Amino acid sequence: MDHTTLVLIELGAVFLGLGILGRVAARIGMSPVPLYLLGGLVFGHGGLVPLSGIEEFGDIASELGVVLLLLMLGLEYTAKELVTGLRRSWVAGLTDLVLNFVPGAALALILGWGTLGALVLGGVTYISSSGIVAKVLTDLGRLGNRETPVVLSILVLEDLVMAVYLPILTAALAGVSFLGGLRAVGVALLAVTAVLLLALRFGPQISRLIHSPDQENFLLKLIGAALLVAGVAAALQVSAAVGAFLLGIAISGSTAHSAAKVLAPLRDLFAAMFFVVFGINTDPSTIPPVFLLALALAALTSATKVATGAWAARRAGIGLPGRIRAGTALIARGEFSIVIAGLAVAGGGASPELAALATTYVMLLAVLGPVATRAAEPLARALASHLRHSPRPAGIG
Amino acid sequence: MNLEETPLPGIGVRRDVMLATGRRVGVVVKRDGGMELIISERQDPDACQAAIPLTNEEAAAIGGMLGAPQLVADLTAEHRDLPGVSTQQFVLSQDSPYADRTLGDTHLRTRTHASIVAISRSGQVHASPPPSFELAAGDVVIVVGTPDGLDKAAHLLNNG
Repeated sequence: MDHTTLVLIELGAVFLGLGILGRVAARIGMSPVPLYLLGGLVFGHGGLVPLSGIEEFGDIASELGVVLLLLMLGLEYTAKELVTGLRRSWVAGLTDLVLNFVPGAALALILGWGTLGALVLGGVTYISSSGIVAKVLTDLGRLGNRETPVVLSILVLEDLVMAVYLPILTAALAGVSFLGGLRAVGVALLAVTAVLLLALRFGPQISRLIHSPDQENFLLKLIGAALLVAGVAAALQVSAAVGAFLLGIAISGSTAHSAAKVLAPLRDLFAAMFFVVFGINTDPSTIPPVFLLALALAALTSATKVATGAWAARRAGIGLPGRIRAGTALIARGEFSIVIAGLAVAGGGASPELAALATTYVMLLAVLGPVATRAAEPLARALASHLRHSPRPAGIG
Repeated sequence: MNLEETPLPGIGVRRDVMLATGRRVGVVVKRDGGMELIISERQDPDACQAAIPLTNEEAAAIGGMLGAPQLVADLTAEHRDLPGVSTQQFVLSQDSPYADRTLGDTHLRTRTHASIVAISRSGQVHASPPPSFELAAGDVVIVVGTPDGLDKAAHLLNNG
């Protein structure tokens, strides 16, 4: 069999397998990301059925997957929402950053993975999965709840932090000096501010430039613009992902909405490939040694996310049951933790142990996060009726 | 009464009203145009007891039903000084012969001596609709006339 034939057969088998896994995930109402990672582990180096020959396609496809994931993340929130979020909830955002970045970073330092390892693992434990959280809130019918805006504004801020964090990570991975790192941060901050200002003032014009009533034209223009911006950003060492993200923010209004619709299937395809490639590059035999560590880290950072959400909800005047709901909603980590770990692995800044730890950690929390969110519902209800019947006024906690 | 509007970044907007009874009722309007009717829980006002997805037509129909009594009350108050004149509202049923036909086709004024003063549809009130106005099932039709005329109008609108 010649090379291309083999690649076609292998890719076919991979995508078909992912489709079946995705169906299973949808059936039991969980995110498909952990299953994709699991699929990658099975097919990858040292796995049950090692695949060879698809690396070339896999690498490009997963690069595209990251660009599309970040572009869609940028499309999710308008510039106005980002600016309002920054103004109103920056305290909650800062608490979130401190409480959830520190555990990962500290563990990496204790394990002797250095400052670069700390930067990576801190990012992995910091960022909640906005995809999983938004889906679970919708599924549980919590969109009308009073604590939901609190949860969403924390996600908005995590988004903004990503725009600054990713360039720092890219610069650190490239091994630039402290000054070079500062320069990267400066460029990133400048770029984010410029894009936000541009989007606020010229949003409709930018959108009109990209928009096209014809779906095919529109898709080509979007992908073209995204790859171009991502490439230029990468050349400036600001990280391709951030370029795509900023483009997403700049596109606004109904154009953003239709862009998200057009891009969703492509994002699903390439992002799935990205997760599989990440799994493929992780040797399954490295997982058992880090499993307990991942479990402990997951438990600790679940607690810190609950604390973050509960504290922010309390500040917003939400009752105790609502605080528990807000806290548990934030536990899920997913796609963006893997994006961070993936960038680190590709940049040679992550040891195999770190990659294995990140994989296990995300697989645990992508599954357990939504479970905890669901479990909080009866708990909160019981608490609400208890508080109602208890003679003391409800003002404690 | 306090109508509150809260942005839901990435999702849409929540609009709700705190009722005198202490419950919160409102809608979540999603960015993709979907809508949910929300009613808060009695024990925990932060949470929702129900979040019911509505299509645009359903939302409009419910809006019409909720808004029409106020309109009728206003009109009744205006006609207080005219003895023998009352105002009543009818919902045009799905199987009314006049659904998708014009107001002129009903000949309501000639046949019942009552007149249609307004039609509420999709939460919007069309005052003094012209004979060319096309009726649709679910419209709330507001009629002014004598009690006898109103009875006849009800029969006419439902059965032709």
